[in-house]
Amino acid sequence: MKQVFLRIIENTPLTDSVMRMKLQGDVSAVTAPGQFINIRLDGLYLRRPISVCDVQDDVLTIIYKAVGKGTEQMRHMQEGCLDVLIGLGNGYDLSVSGERVLLLGGGVGVPPLYMLAKKLREEGKHVSVILGFNTKDEVFLEEEFRELGCDVCVTTADGSYGIQGFVTDAMKDIEYTYFYTCGPEPMLKAVYRSTVTEGQFSFEERMGCGFGACMGCTCKTITGYKRICKDGPVLRKEEILWED
Amino acid sequence: MGRLSVNLCGIELDNPVIPASGTFGYGREFAELYDINMLGTFSFKGTTKDPRFGNPTPRIAECAEGMLNAVGLQNPGVDKVISEELPNLKTIFHKPVMANVSGFSVDDYVYTVEKLNHEEQIGWFEINISCPNVHGGGMSFGTDPVQAAAVTEAVRRVTDKPIIIKLSPNVTDITEIAKACEGAGADGISLINTLLGMRIDLKKRRPLLANTTGGLSGPAVFPVAVRMVYQTAKAVKIPVVGMGGVTTAEDVIEMMLAGATAVEVGAANLVDPFACKKIIEELPAVMDRYGIDTLSSIIGGAL
Repeated sequence: MKQVFLRIIENTPLTDSVMRMKLQGDVSAVTAPGQFINIRLDGLYLRRPISVCDVQDDVLTIIYKAVGKGTEQMRHMQEGCLDVLIGLGNGYDLSVSGERVLLLGGGVGVPPLYMLAKKLREEGKHVSVILGFNTKDEVFLEEEFRELGCDVCVTTADGSYGIQGFVTDAMKDIEYTYFYTCGPEPMLKAVYRSTVTEGQFSFEERMGCGFGACMGCTCKTITGYKRICKDGPVLRKEEILWED
Repeated sequence: MGRLSVNLCGIELDNPVIPASGTFGYGREFAELYDINMLGTFSFKGTTKDPRFGNPTPRIAECAEGMLNAVGLQNPGVDKVISEELPNLKTIFHKPVMANVSGFSVDDYVYTVEKLNHEEQIGWFEINISCPNVHGGGMSFGTDPVQAAAVTEAVRRVTDKPIIIKLSPNVTDITEIAKACEGAGADGISLINTLLGMRIDLKKRRPLLANTTGGLSGPAVFPVAVRMVYQTAKAVKIPVVGMGGVTTAEDVIEMMLAGATAVEVGAANLVDPFACKKIIEELPAVMDRYGIDTLSSIIGGAL
């Protein structure tokens, strides 16, 4: 982890409420896809954790949904520097993926899968991606995944685009050796039940510090208590304990 | 003796800045970021007899200039602290450390203190009788002078190391509790623990925290903390450790003027992991600005 000041070089809408922000500076502390940054914002006491979507040279991309005070404030930023803690969390482990990899993302759980797909493609892996959204107007990143050379399938809950249903409704005919997923908890639970191989899940939790100090985001796992921010946010399927 | 040094219950501190328990773990995460030997000392994560998971999540909520937490004393238990955390601590921190201890009965406190008492690196015990986030024990010891004295007396019997009792602000008259602890053999008083608070999620119409209530900390509580430190410092003769929303070098000086011999920094560490380092580095210049020669000379200066 490092504290860095990153310059906003782009902040554009991808949908009505989803924004893409590009930040320039020392982003060398990002060591794996699936990590996150923790952003300090004026007038808000706690930092805001946002997953890393991509790192290219000295530019880091995040994609976030304006849902609360913090992200609403971010939506209106066009310039300036952000105080950022970077290189947080364990990230996805690519070493165990095998040759045919399935990525399942839901809503704002999609962005961290982009950098993961990019790395897997660089390693020559076959990558299938299922992206789930509520409706056609909320779809983003579909084309970007195609450009990486992934097989891309989009589902919408209302059927207005792609396959009607959830990500798990689109996985039946896909062969895979391993999977990675990120999305809302009901989706993660459905993925847990529907997948036939081992895989990795990225979790979300309200955090205090984001770097393992406050124990604000601890969950129980088969292998003991884990801090989502420091020991996660990525957990392996075999260690997950669903609370209810 | 440097300009910043103070003496806390017989042990010299290079400076009065102490990361508060629960915001600094057992030092590991911060030692990766800077040399934590620059700190006066730090108070390690509240440790109990048995391992504890703590409360369900969400455990954290935000508010104006502060936060609520309801972690609920998650810790690995005293045995693991001794076998895993303290050996690691020796490699990253070379000063006496403050051992924060919590319990659910007088016997719990005694058990944990007795076990930790053999650990050489422990300089002081900070006895937490003020955790608002656990049921049974915790804060109930800190809101009744008789019970507060009972814990102090019992712990006093099993250690010769300095005992600092950490008090709750969730009381009508904190000086009564402080005096009861002093009378029962405490070497110091630390305050304030968090203020009991609550937030409600407007969409769900339910409390934001799974525990319903949580402890408020951060700059929002600073004036309350200054007031209580001032009142306590007037009421007792033993040293007072001030905490509650301290964020800057100016805040440290204000706390010391209110009567604090040393100052703990809590929530600020979570927002800015370098908070204590920055405060220590800024202190000399801020002292110059206010014509302060040595920090030890201003303790209780406003009393």
